[in-house]
Amino acid sequence: MSGREEIVGELMKLLEGFNVKKVPLAPDTDIPAQLELDSVQVMDFIMQVEDTFDINIPQHEVAEIRTLNDLADVVMKRKGA
Amino acid sequence: MKDLLEKYRPLVAHHDRAVQAGVDPINLVNERVLSPSRAVINGREVVLAGTNNYMGITFDPDCIAAGQEALASFGAGTTGSRIANGTYALHAELERALANALNREHCLIFSTGYQANLASLAGLAGKGDTIFLDADSHASIHDGATLSGAEIIWFRHNDPDNLARRLRRHQGEGGVLVVLEGLYSMFGDRAPLREFVEVKKEFGFQLLVDEAHSFGVLGEHGRGLAEEAGVEDEVDFVVGTFSKSIGAIGGFAASNHPMFEALRFAARPYMFTAAPSPASVATALCAVRKLQAEPERRTRLMDNARRLRDGLKELGLRIACEEETPIIAVMCDDEEQVVRRWNALLQAGVYVNLALPPGTPGNSYLLRCSATAAMDEKDIADIIAGFAAALRMVG
Ligand SMILES: Cc1ncc(COP(=O)(O)O)c(C=O)c1O
Repeated sequence: MSGREEIVGELMKLLEGFNVKKVPLAPDTDIPAQLELDSVQVMDFIMQVEDTFDINIPQHEVAEIRTLNDLADVVMKRKGA
Repeated sequence: MKDLLEKYRPLVAHHDRAVQAGVDPINLVNERVLSPSRAVINGREVVLAGTNNYMGITFDPDCIAAGQEALASFGAGTTGSRIANGTYALHAELERALANALNREHCLIFSTGYQANLASLAGLAGKGDTIFLDADSHASIHDGATLSGAEIIWFRHNDPDNLARRLRRHQGEGGVLVVLEGLYSMFGDRAPLREFVEVKKEFGFQLLVDEAHSFGVLGEHGRGLAEEAGVEDEVDFVVGTFSKSIGAIGGFAASNHPMFEALRFAARPYMFTAAPSPASVATALCAVRKLQAEPERRTRLMDNARRLRDGLKELGLRIACEEETPIIAVMCDDEEQVVRRWNALLQAGVYVNLALPPGTPGNSYLLRCSATAAMDEKDIADIIAGFAAALRMVG
């Protein structure tokens, strides 16, 4: 699982658990803003992403992530490292 | 340009809605404080069931006398930092007394526990290092980690295996600091310290335990969770506060590390703030000695906590943590219910802490109660009766 589309697909699946309002998800959905996630929910989601992809994402990189595309970039970078 | 405060509009609106239910929880005033377990709020006497006054030592006559004596002989404030004109004989004496009480070579005191964490985390770790934080860490730990400039990696609350997975993935040349808490402040649950120590033996990081709620409370001599769990030698750094079991204000950090005192000239939250005031240091010093000499306070605290927990459970309330702990957090369904109940409790003469997301574990809605050794049977009976009345009033 390394193709960008597969990663985005997997991230969407994980994000569904936090998508209480059933906002339609797209690669450019602004995750915290459009899903109205607070800092604790974002942290919880990121920890799931880390364990699913077997990577660590340091907090300063989390702060830069807005969209699923941003997150996919981080996942790809961390997987490749 | 944008108005800087504009970003808070949704928060202000949220707060305004909460206040409509009655009293403003974040602007609550204790008009008078009658004892460690009683105060006057909105003109009415209430039982205090939401303090961190675990040992009930805030009105101890000896502590008060020590504070008055220090106020008269050293003055009201220090007007300077520890590294300039702010270190008095009392500060040095308190550091020695705490080092002795904690069985550690070195101890530094700070103006608050918050600053003790800022200074410890930012003093120990820096750019190039990594700090692993429990997901339920106190804000002061998070802020200290941010201030340090180290990389921050979160692991799942109280999950040593999850920490181990993250350490296994970790690459990097720098040092690694793992930070845990003795008792987590909201639910009152302990870190599974022995299991974390097993992970430490595998990976060899340095370990800091914030014993803010457990110092004076856990362990045969009150040294905290590390003593209770029998792993003090594996805990490299201990942090604590005087704002809970010690009943004063200030914080400390202690260690056997031979270079620990370097924090006195490396940790900015130690260096660039005024030294704690004489009266506060003197009351803390008196309280540290009292807690060492009077272990029966811990027994009374835990007895009171058990009675309070049992009484609340009999009312059918859900308590967040089943361990023997002085913190008893009542779980509620949602914000509306928790705010309504909190107001009804005040009307019934009981103050508890209202704790709302995102500052709570699992975004829970809590009426956080804590026991104190100073509660008598009437205090506990009044708290339980107050909960019963509040439940009748608002469900
Ligand atoms: C776990 C923890 N650490 C640190 C602190 C900060 O202590 P202080 O109130 O002395 O600033 C607190 C309490 O506020 C706490 O709960």
